[in-house]
Amino acid sequence: MIDKAMHLVFCAALALLASGCATVQTTSKDDPFEPWNRAMYDIHQVVDGQFIRPAVQAYVDTTPKPIQQGIHNFFANLDDVVSVVNDFLQWKLEKAGNDMGRVMLNSFFGLGGIIDVASDLSIEKGNEDFGQTFGYWGIPQGPYLFIPVLGPTTVRDGTGLIARAYASPLSYVIVDVPTRNILYGVGFVDLRAQYLETDRLVDQAAIDKYTFIRRSYLQRREYLVYDGRPPPPKEED
Amino acid sequence: MMSATKKSILRRAAPLFAAAALLLCSRAYAQEGPDALVKRVSEEVLQIVKTDPKVQAGDRERIREVIDTKLAPHFDFERMTALAVGRGWRQATPEQQKQLVEQFRTLLARTYSNAFVQYKDQTISYKPLRADAGATDVQVRTEIIRPGQNPVQIDYSLTKKGNEWKAYDVIVGGVSLVTNYRDEFNAQIQNGGIDGLIKSLQAKNAGPAPPAPTAK
Repeated sequence: MIDKAMHLVFCAALALLASGCATVQTTSKDDPFEPWNRAMYDIHQVVDGQFIRPAVQAYVDTTPKPIQQGIHNFFANLDDVVSVVNDFLQWKLEKAGNDMGRVMLNSFFGLGGIIDVASDLSIEKGNEDFGQTFGYWGIPQGPYLFIPVLGPTTVRDGTGLIARAYASPLSYVIVDVPTRNILYGVGFVDLRAQYLETDRLVDQAAIDKYTFIRRSYLQRREYLVYDGRPPPPKEED
Repeated sequence: MMSATKKSILRRAAPLFAAAALLLCSRAYAQEGPDALVKRVSEEVLQIVKTDPKVQAGDRERIREVIDTKLAPHFDFERMTALAVGRGWRQATPEQQKQLVEQFRTLLARTYSNAFVQYKDQTISYKPLRADAGATDVQVRTEIIRPGQNPVQIDYSLTKKGNEWKAYDVIVGGVSLVTNYRDEFNAQIQNGGIDGLIKSLQAKNAGPAPPAPTAK
């Protein structure tokens, strides 16, 4: 065990060294901590590539599809609760009603969220979180951050994630700590599973994956903050 | 039942009808709007993905053939490359520009062919076009619907080139392909100039093909 941990630290240190030597300096104004972030990214590559990705892939390959879908729906339903909170925080009442309807339908008629009855009834899934709420009220995204295991985020969105941890129904409905931790674990696996296809795409598409992921993430978040209608990007030259 | 005379009239008029139909078709074709173009091409390709056994088996050559013949003619790769390269484009020599376009086009085709078969179960909904009648630069919005998953918005930016509309950007869920590559290309140019970028594109394209995709 200790051997393995040492090995990991060694790998990470090597990765750090290597990145230190071959640093590709892109001076993006969104990413003032790029050298640090790249180091974190390299650690992530090792941890995710060696342990998390294979494990999650095994989960996807061996778990029957309906069970995977049920697990996914269960956590998506919890996400909808977070959406409702943020709909209200952005005073988007119509969306709030929509998302609240989803939660109620899925919780009561969909066996606690395991079946996505609402989507079958064409009630579109909402997608609001605390990071978007901050953005909506004009708080800038702040520096880009890459956090091992968690992935790309920004100071604003990362703060949103912390807020979310407190707002998630799991944190107050499930009192038993071990049960809650297991649920968090399953939720993480489900979340990671959603990005396996994206990984393959990035592997194929990117020359420098770090830069590619950063720009995709920032574009995507901008798009979400503006509910799909972001202002046209400013030409930099 | 038709009478004999009616039949013979029809027979004699048939070439006329055919000619008229052809004329109408080609007229309609020439004036095909950007939204109609996106819809026609998307449906054509989707149909192939859903029915062609070779494509479903992950036959790379066949997939590339579909991309090259059905999709690529509707893209303006030069404009895409120029936008993705950004500032560096004007500093590049015509020969460098040519190479950049070629390598970028190959990279895109390879990436796309890899993701191709995943589209098997999807349907596409087309949003009404919101543009002025005389517009020469428009965005066509579509939405990909897959069972059990959130819909994905795919928007196409097109410009009118002569009589034809050509796409120069694809925006997936708010992520613009061209913008995404601009950061990457800038970094490469800063490190090794235009030739450095061409080299890394070549290296990427010469790399091993990812595992063959198969329909699940």
